[in-house]
Amino acid sequence: MDEEYDVIVLGTGLTECILSGLLSVDGQKVLHMDRNDYYGGASASLNLTQLYQQFRNSPPPESLQLGRDRDYAVDLIPKFILSSGELTRMLVHTDVIRYLEFKVIAGSYVYRDGRISKVPSTEMEAVRSPLMGLFEKRRARNFFLYLQNWKEADPATHQGLDVNKVSMKEVYTKFGLEAGTQDFIGHAMALWLDDDYITKPARQTIDRIILYTASMARYGKSPYIYPLYGLGELPQAFARLSAIYGGTYMLDKQIESVNVDPDTGYFTGVTSGGETVKAKRVIGDPSYFGAGKDEPEGGKMRVIETGKVIRAICILKHPIPGTDDSDSAQIIIPQNQVGRKNDIYIAAVSSAHNVAAPNVWIAIVSTIVETSVPEREILPGLQLLGNVVDKFISITPLYAPTSPGTNDNIFITKSYDATSHFETVVEDVFDVWQRVKGEKLVLKKREVEVEA
Amino acid sequence: MSRTTSFKLVLLGESAVGKSSLVLRFVRNEFSDFRESTIAAFLTQTVTLDESTSIKFEIWDTAGQERYKSLAPIYFRNSNAAVIVYDITQTSFEKAKSWVRELQRQADPSIVIMLVGNKTDLESQRKTPRELGERFAEEEGLLFSEASAKTGEGVEELFMEIAKKLPLAPPPIRGTPANSKGVRVSGQGDEASTPQACTC
Repeated sequence: MDEEYDVIVLGTGLTECILSGLLSVDGQKVLHMDRNDYYGGASASLNLTQLYQQFRNSPPPESLQLGRDRDYAVDLIPKFILSSGELTRMLVHTDVIRYLEFKVIAGSYVYRDGRISKVPSTEMEAVRSPLMGLFEKRRARNFFLYLQNWKEADPATHQGLDVNKVSMKEVYTKFGLEAGTQDFIGHAMALWLDDDYITKPARQTIDRIILYTASMARYGKSPYIYPLYGLGELPQAFARLSAIYGGTYMLDKQIESVNVDPDTGYFTGVTSGGETVKAKRVIGDPSYFGAGKDEPEGGKMRVIETGKVIRAICILKHPIPGTDDSDSAQIIIPQNQVGRKNDIYIAAVSSAHNVAAPNVWIAIVSTIVETSVPEREILPGLQLLGNVVDKFISITPLYAPTSPGTNDNIFITKSYDATSHFETVVEDVFDVWQRVKGEKLVLKKREVEVEA
Repeated sequence: MSRTTSFKLVLLGESAVGKSSLVLRFVRNEFSDFRESTIAAFLTQTVTLDESTSIKFEIWDTAGQERYKSLAPIYFRNSNAAVIVYDITQTSFEKAKSWVRELQRQADPSIVIMLVGNKTDLESQRKTPRELGERFAEEEGLLFSEASAKTGEGVEELFMEIAKKLPLAPPPIRGTPANSKGVRVSGQGDEASTPQACTC
């Protein structure tokens, strides 16, 4: 391999594939490699054989009667796409959307006092919602009207609150909202994982609620959309974009070493299968830079563990109880409800999304690990599922780069976090782009390919 | 009024056998000896079968991802037809056979497959006899033809033959009930909520 590349990308997770696509469109010569023989890395969707191989090192047991292997695309990370969020914008601007088909997630639910209820998103739903009493509903209505009318440039709509300065706590207090209402606003709508936001300036929370309600307004049933055939379609679609613009793809390539100049410390190339490929820069997920290894790669600590997430992939042969037999759902268990610091999430999809055999649901229960017995921490989520046919538990450390990469041309992405959507993934894309290019990523509409 | 049905057609075959050239000849009636690699990875062309029926091919090119065995499953997803190309002046016919296997593994069983021996303009350098391709196609139940992207010989005809084989009565895979509740996702703000079949 004598060619020299502008960028080598290691790992075909969604973050890396979006970056690869954008860099190829930008005119850079990209070589994209993965150690696995499939696309997606940590954000892949697996068929049954791959799933059992990865977790059990054995084939799927016949006795469970799970149906055809090829009907399955089981996501390794549980996330949905906020329909008015940044990933949607990215998909539209790159025109990658044409390779995909989507379905709306049927409902978003929140757990309170031992049962789940639909998250109200319209005034009508709020009025009928069992989550609030009569007077509380009136107060909540005032709060939502305030948000609806709030305009940055028009101080008259601010009702005397400078949201860039006052805390969310003060906003809650102004509208007199109860703790339980704060729980579902902060956790089921602003989608915060813990309560740290309450004492911070209200602006970010308000932006997140507006994003939620805008997403909700788009298709009605929930704020989320989901790609048919699973989340693993997303990296593949962006990889195709990269390939169309000249990106070279190599799967099933073991990476022996990431090479640096011994004097300057700058990246020089990658060695794979005994061959060395030169490039100016490397971008990759943490697993290619010593994540999880005792001995740091090349004597340098390039990634650091920032926390752990527990995920339980559960196979069900029935819809989740209390969701009106929905083909899909998100359920949020706010931390206060079960005496935790972090929320527990459930994300469920089914054969309706071409990710499982007929009449099979896949539900993933996840949370940020707080104790030494994480499996016990997800019990409140598991208990909502009813009978579980089989269950695959992973406890995954999350990694972040120790340096921005500008001093060695090694640019490392972050692990997929515990949030229920892809907003932080796109943030990471913007961040890496800024580090690599030294300028802000501006999404331009891609030139439309000629239609004859 | 004429009815147009859309079908996804994927191209397969080794690098440099002329996959993109065949499509460019078909879609734009163009040819270049020095096209380096795929530039137009998504083209459409409509053919008219009769007064009441037209077929729109949405043609997917490999974008070079076949080179290191890195074609993604998304490429095969919901494809209605496949054109597997080999070069009659090379020994790429064996590779064409492995693409047939790959399709049988990944694609819907109802897919219409056309095996094409390209570069008939280089008859004097032929290494793969026509009969070899013909016999294999017959055994596997594939359509077969030979063509030249350079001269245009047989190109229009091979796509026409595929068009005739496509099932017109039941709608194509992309419109099956499983997908009927899909959503159209478009630019921010426009055509906000249209809960209908997605054709993105």
